[in-house]
Amino acid sequence: MSTVASLTRATLAKDLRLEWRSKDAINSMLFFSLLVVVIFSFSFDPTAEESRQIAGGLVWVAFLFAAVVALNQTWAREMRNQVLDAYRVSPAPPNALFLAKVIGNFIFVTVLQALMTPLFIVFYNLRALGPAYQLPIVAALGTWALVVNGTFFAAMSLRTRSREIMLPLLLFPISIPALLAMVEATGAILTGEFSARFWIVLLAAYDVVFTIASLFLFAFVLQAE
Amino acid sequence: MSAAVIVTGLVKQFGRFAALRGVSAEFAAQRLYAILGDNGAGKTTLLRALAGLTPPTGGSISMLGTTDLHSVCGQLGYMAHPSLLYDEMSGMENLRYFARLYDVADCDCRCAGAIHAVKLDPSLTRPVGQYSQGMRQRMSLARALLNDPKILLLDEPFSNVDLGSAREMVSLLMGLRDTGKTIFVVTHQAALLEGAADEFVWMEAGQIVSRTPDLQPQETR
Repeated sequence: MSTVASLTRATLAKDLRLEWRSKDAINSMLFFSLLVVVIFSFSFDPTAEESRQIAGGLVWVAFLFAAVVALNQTWAREMRNQVLDAYRVSPAPPNALFLAKVIGNFIFVTVLQALMTPLFIVFYNLRALGPAYQLPIVAALGTWALVVNGTFFAAMSLRTRSREIMLPLLLFPISIPALLAMVEATGAILTGEFSARFWIVLLAAYDVVFTIASLFLFAFVLQAE
Repeated sequence: MSAAVIVTGLVKQFGRFAALRGVSAEFAAQRLYAILGDNGAGKTTLLRALAGLTPPTGGSISMLGTTDLHSVCGQLGYMAHPSLLYDEMSGMENLRYFARLYDVADCDCRCAGAIHAVKLDPSLTRPVGQYSQGMRQRMSLARALLNDPKILLLDEPFSNVDLGSAREMVSLLMGLRDTGKTIFVVTHQAALLEGAADEFVWMEAGQIVSRTPDLQPQETR
């Protein structure tokens, strides 16, 4: 276990260093999300009440699409110079690589959320009428759901010819329960019309199930040709 | 001398194309093997199979006395045609990371030693992406040496390396062989290994067609 933890830390540090130097993922995600915020704002010009109704869906769809950019980058970087082979021939456990990638993507998407949330609030005149303290919980659980599945399916589509297309095709259908829970929970908190508790529990259960399944299956994905 | 690697009826099929067609061979320990052959002869596929990167379609590989290649992967060093290095990091940063994967003790010292061994400067801070192709090859060899492997699998280590540096690499490989390592070198520059390799293994159409102690043109075999 300590080996997995130590190698996860080493791989995560390496990934953060690479991203800090290249800024490939974060820049693409930022520009994409910014475009979504601005274009939707000008297209619909919603009132504050309408914003509260649609913001949950809008925010999470923007983050979902933006996350796909980061998820593709995370493995593309391992494919350059076939560096992934160096990991595959080493005795390092596959789960350490997977966990590091998931945590790395979680950090990237969280940074994106931290930067974009003020913009969403300004452009859509948002104010939570429900328990606002639940928003960070939904954000954390929702982001984890996106990046766990996304990292796993991005690894699966790594060797396919059109992996940029394959990832959304694999990821989006399986993310529907999580996306539904994120949107409903966010909507519930913003409108204050109903409790978000059920959706938060659903999201947490989804995270646990898919994290365990991904950890169990990742070794097979990594060793596949 | 005991066999370090035993390959039995190794077959590798990519769709309808058979890259390896029943390769069987024994390779003794502490020897330097040059694997030669035309493009598409199956040299790289054989090396990748030995490294555990390409699961064979049929046959078996026994390495260091076991067929469970994963259990001996810590004793393998693998250098591929691409560098297997992160372009955005310096050589030392790259090696430090890979040393962690092998749980190498005294990490910095070992990394610096491996870089010195391939005649590069460990204090070079510029990223590997800005290295010349030859420097990248040598850094890639340093990465393969990091874990002090018993078996070294090297795919085209001399490509894009100038003659002087290539000869230095050959001397290094001979030194490593003399310290007890078993070395497989896939190369198109066989002349560099004349007098250095213990055996030249000739491959053709996915099979080993001959093994010779000296380098001889294929036509005269």
